[in-house]
Amino acid sequence: MGTLIDIQNLAKTYERGKQKVEVLHHVNLAIAEGDFLALMGPSGSGKTTLLNLMGGLDTPSAGSITVGGQRIDQLGGGALAKWRASNVGFVFQFYNLMPMLSAQRNVELPLLLTKLSSAQRKKNASIALQLVGLADRATHKPSELSGGQQQRVAIARAIVSDPTLLVCDEPTGDLDRQSAEDVLGLLQQLNREHGKTIVMVTHDPKAAEYASHTLHLDKGTLVEQALV
Amino acid sequence: MKYLHLIWAALFRRKTRTILTLVSIIAAFLLFGMLDAVRTGFDQAGNSANGAERLQTGSRLSFIQTLPQSLEARIAQVPGVKMVTYANWFGGAYQDPHNQVFSFAVEPNYLDLYPEMQVSAAERKAFDNTRTGALVGEKLAERFHWKVGDKIPMQSTIFPNHEGSKNWTFDIVGILHSKDKKAGGFYDQMFLLNWKYFDETTPYNRGTVGWYVTRVTDVNQADRVAKAIDAISANSDHETRTQTEAAATANWMKQLADIGLIVSSIMGAVFFTLLLLSGNTMMQAVRERTSELAVLKTIGFSSHSVLAMVLAESVLLLLLGGVLGLGLAMLMVGGIQSKMGGAIPMAPVDAGIWTHGLLLMVVVGLLVGALPAIRAMRLNIVDALAGR
Repeated sequence: MGTLIDIQNLAKTYERGKQKVEVLHHVNLAIAEGDFLALMGPSGSGKTTLLNLMGGLDTPSAGSITVGGQRIDQLGGGALAKWRASNVGFVFQFYNLMPMLSAQRNVELPLLLTKLSSAQRKKNASIALQLVGLADRATHKPSELSGGQQQRVAIARAIVSDPTLLVCDEPTGDLDRQSAEDVLGLLQQLNREHGKTIVMVTHDPKAAEYASHTLHLDKGTLVEQALV
Repeated sequence: MKYLHLIWAALFRRKTRTILTLVSIIAAFLLFGMLDAVRTGFDQAGNSANGAERLQTGSRLSFIQTLPQSLEARIAQVPGVKMVTYANWFGGAYQDPHNQVFSFAVEPNYLDLYPEMQVSAAERKAFDNTRTGALVGEKLAERFHWKVGDKIPMQSTIFPNHEGSKNWTFDIVGILHSKDKKAGGFYDQMFLLNWKYFDETTPYNRGTVGWYVTRVTDVNQADRVAKAIDAISANSDHETRTQTEAAATANWMKQLADIGLIVSSIMGAVFFTLLLLSGNTMMQAVRERTSELAVLKTIGFSSHSVLAMVLAESVLLLLLGGVLGLGLAMLMVGGIQSKMGGAIPMAPVDAGIWTHGLLLMVVVGLLVGALPAIRAMRLNIVDALAGR
C-alpha cells in the first residue's frame, strides 16, 4: 500500500488576542492508503487541529501536507473546497445533520456539488443509506432518529461521494455504548471492505481498538510515529 | 435550481418567524400595489387620446376664480380651434352632504367635445329641451337607484338658487355611459345639468363660467393655440392659463394634494421598516445556522455558493410575500374599481406595477440578505464547528 497522507514539519499557531499559541510543533507523519488510524491524546493536545489540517479545513502555519499526491497546504480557499468535496468525507461528534432535511436529503448534500442528475443523486444516496442499514429511515428527519441512527446518516453522507479519506472527530463521543459499537463496527467495515482510509480522533481507548494503528499526541507533538 | 429545496427548507426552519415576516411583507406590498395604483390613476387622469385634443382654459390665479362668458366667442375665433364649450362646478350632494356627486353645469354642446361619454340621441334631445333636466352616469344612477323620469332633490354646497336656498330640483332625462369602462370610469359617476337653468337660477354666476374646454383641429398645434387663447386676456383682470387636459388635471390634482409625494413618503416609511424587520429575521436565521453553514462549507460548498444561497433565501422570502401582497392588491383594486366605478382614480395593477414591484422585491431581498450573506461567506469553518 502506498502513502495517502504525508505530513512534513507541520506546525500550527493560533493568535488569541496578542498571544500566539503554538498548537502543533513540527509534526512528521505518514499514513498509508487503507489505514484506520486512531488519534488519541489529552484535551488541547492538538488532535482536532491535526485532523482539520488533514481534512483541508484549516491551513498550516508551516510545513507541508500531501494527500494523494496533492499538496493541499498550497491550495486556496475555492480549490480546497473543491478538493474536500471529492476527496474527503467528514464525521463529527454531534452529527451536524441539517435538521430540516430528511435523512435521504442530508445524504444527497455532497452530491449537489457534482454533475449527477437528480435521479442518480437519489439512487446513490439510497445505496449509501442501505450500506449503513438505514434504508427504511430515508424519509425521517434527524429529530425522528436516535443518536446512533443520526451518526449513521452522517457516515452515509460522508461516503456518498466515494471519497478516499474519512475524517472522524470523536464519532462516538455523544453515543451510548451499544450505538458507539455499531458506529465503530460500521467504520471498520468501511475500512476493511471498501478500502476507505480513516483517521479518527477519540478519547475512548475502546474506540481506538477498532483502528489498526493508534497515535498519541501530547502538547502538539506526536508521541508515537506511524510506520508505513 | 438543484439548491432550491435546501433554500426552501432553510427559509422555513422557523415556521412561525418566517410566517410573521411574510405577513409584514404581504402587508407592505399590498399597500405598495394599492398606492401605486392610485398614483398611476392620478398620473393617467386626462391622458386619453381625446384628452390630448382638448385644452382647458381656467383663471391664472386659481381654479375657483371664474372667467367672463364673453370669452367664448373670442376663443372660437383663434385659428386652430375646432370647437369650444364651458362649464362650472355645481358641488352637488344627494340627501347627505357626505354623498358628494361630481356635478357640473354645462353648455348644450359640452357632450360634443366628450365622445368618451355616450348618451342616446333621444335622451340628449330631452336634456337639451328640459330646463331642469340632468344626465347622470350609470354607476351614479345605480348607486342612488335613480332612473329616467325621476325627480330628485340635490343640494349644492356652493350655489344658492334665487330663493336663497341651496336645495335644487332636477329631472333625470338620461343615463351617461362611458365608452371605455377601464379608463373612463369617472364619467359613469358624473352628473350634468343645463347651463341655462344653473345660470338663471343662481344669483352668484351671472355672465361668468368656471372654465372653457377647447377642441383643437391639430394636436401638434395645441401649444400655439393655448398661447393664442391666453394672449386674448393678457394684462386684463381675468388672465387665463390654458393647458392640455392632462396637464390641467394634474395641476388640479396637485392643488388638492401631491399624490406622488404622499405615496412616496408612505412607501418610503413602509419599506424602511420592512428592511429592518426582514433584515433582523435574516440575521437571526443565519446566526442560528452557523454550524449548518460550516458543515456545508466542510463538505465542499464554496464561500461564494454559501453567499449566493443566503442571498437567494432572502430574495425568495421577499418574492413570496411580495407576489402574494401584489396579487392581493390586484384583487382589491379590481374590487374597489367595480364597487366605486372609477370614483377614485385607480389604475389596475398592471404589468408596469408588477415589474416595478418585482424589481423592488429583488432589490429589498438583496439589501436584506447582504449582511448575513457576507457573514456566512466569511465564516471560518474551524471556529464555527467549535462554536466560537
